[in-house]
Amino acid sequence: MIELAEVSRTFLVGDRPVYALREITETFAEGEHVAIMGASGSGKSTLLNLIGCLDRPTSGTYRLDGRSVGDLSQSELTQVRRHKIGFVFQSFHLIPRLTAAENVELPMIFGDIPRRERRERVSAALAAVGLAERATHLPDQLSGGERQRAALARSTVMGPSILLADEPTGNLDSASGRVVLDLLDRMHGDGLTVIVVTHDAKVAQRAERIVVLFDGKVVERAAGGRIADVMAVLAAADEGPEEG
Amino acid sequence: MRVRKTFRFALGALTRHGLRTGLSLLGVTIGVAAVIVLTALTDGARSYVVEQFSSLGTNLVVVLPGRTETTGFPGVPSIPNDLTIADAEAIALLPAVKRAAPVAMGTETVSFGERSRQVAIIGTTADYALARQVEIARGEFLPRGDADRGAPVCVLGHVAARELFPGENPVGRVVRVGGWRMRVLGVLSRQGTKIGLNLDETIYVPVATGMQMLNRSSLFRILVEAQAYADLATARESIRRLVTERHGEEDVTVITQDAVLSTFSAILNTLTIVLAAIAAISLTVAGIGIMNVMLVSVSERTREIGLLRAVGVHRSQVMAVFLAEAALLSAAGALLGLLAGYLLVRLMVGLFPALPAAPPPWAVAAAFGMAVLVGVVFGLLPARRATRLDPVAALAGR
Repeated sequence: MIELAEVSRTFLVGDRPVYALREITETFAEGEHVAIMGASGSGKSTLLNLIGCLDRPTSGTYRLDGRSVGDLSQSELTQVRRHKIGFVFQSFHLIPRLTAAENVELPMIFGDIPRRERRERVSAALAAVGLAERATHLPDQLSGGERQRAALARSTVMGPSILLADEPTGNLDSASGRVVLDLLDRMHGDGLTVIVVTHDAKVAQRAERIVVLFDGKVVERAAGGRIADVMAVLAAADEGPEEG
Repeated sequence: MRVRKTFRFALGALTRHGLRTGLSLLGVTIGVAAVIVLTALTDGARSYVVEQFSSLGTNLVVVLPGRTETTGFPGVPSIPNDLTIADAEAIALLPAVKRAAPVAMGTETVSFGERSRQVAIIGTTADYALARQVEIARGEFLPRGDADRGAPVCVLGHVAARELFPGENPVGRVVRVGGWRMRVLGVLSRQGTKIGLNLDETIYVPVATGMQMLNRSSLFRILVEAQAYADLATARESIRRLVTERHGEEDVTVITQDAVLSTFSAILNTLTIVLAAIAAISLTVAGIGIMNVMLVSVSERTREIGLLRAVGVHRSQVMAVFLAEAALLSAAGALLGLLAGYLLVRLMVGLFPALPAAPPPWAVAAAFGMAVLVGVVFGLLPARRATRLDPVAALAGR
């Protein structure tokens, strides 16, 4: 369970504060599939980083499975990321010198998982994303879709309960994007909480729920099926007067 | 995270940039090779000096005319008395002394038939061969007898005999030394060069003959062999007292072989330390090279560091990865440096076989240890920089 209560995140640019998130109160239930939408600079990625414990709120409370993240030490946050959260990025973030299998193994190398178990988990994770045959290939020998599938395998290899995806199809053609989205759906079906940041209506409409951000605030909440309404809200927000 | 996994991950990162890794290794390699070569050279020089002095004989005390200390008053010149054959004979009677050989020295032309050659002349007695452990190849050395009697006989060094009598036995033949006709008593076996004097090109004559031939009134030195190593100090002191008594003043210098050796040893020790320190400075420079490469590496791999942090790698583990890279870089450079150093030393020994150069074990251990230490110490700054990166900014490549 992810609970955000009046969470704000402010950055200082020079002397000037920039309000990336403003008093967000939102709850993401266990096993939920949520899409976060919004224009560029609306605070989507900042919100995802906060949920992923890569960042901490400036004010407000973030409770993950009942524990206040603000009270956790850096080391504890790292442990949370290692065991509870999987990340998928728009630009894949695969290490170029490592093979697909080694990239998938990465989170486990730095854990205390025995070698044999690591190998079994890597094989299973690669098989689950259809890359069993590409295990020994380097990232630059893989297509964009294959790279993102390898990244998906990496994000789930530690058995997290939450999968955070930041524009997972942003760098993919539509066919490859569909494969990745199908995999995300399947992982959600397996019980993972999936939170996807996206601009893409096709990605968002697969979610059970859509949260729309504008200037760091939640301006709309809608079911995944109501994507047309969400797009209208976004279009209106784009055309409306900007705040301060 | 286990150490092995850290090092394997670090190794993967290093091998990705072969040229850059190789170039940063080079600094350490040169530094370590410099330590090995320079310490081997000075250690070789020490061994050479010790060997040369040891080959002179054992338990030796040398009496030289004149004092090394400043003496006399202004306006009153102090001229040392001659060191004489009689002094040598008196010294030989001292209880701590086993034997004493007077030595006169100069150069002269030796000829046989059409062949002639400029050689060193050593005028001495039979005791010289015993004190200096000289081996006779043919015939015999100078005979025992009255040292004041200058018989017209000589003993040839190995090369002098070969050049004057190629393929012949010189024993019993008569050679001309300066204006003297001298019968050859014997030929020495090969001696080589000792303390700058090629003994194979030397001719030995009775000391009285030598002094007359070379027109000397004073001996070049008196070579004294003490009864035993433990008697060296006693011998030295009793010789000093005896000669002072005989001459009415202290006008000779008495030195023992081990005193000379320890002086050389001290000089060479200092030289070794100075050279090792200079080489260590080059290792420090190599460390700065490693730091530079590691800083570039951290900067290039910002996204990778961000990813590691995102997937749950602790700061300490990121630090360990970069320190392992620095340690691997410096250790590999040090190993190559040891190899290069050994090869260079072998090459030098091949070119100059007389120099017994070999790197001392302490220098090998110190060079390797210091190289790795320097690598890790200079790797600390880049590693700290890596751990301090904000994961979100690092993922964005900032």
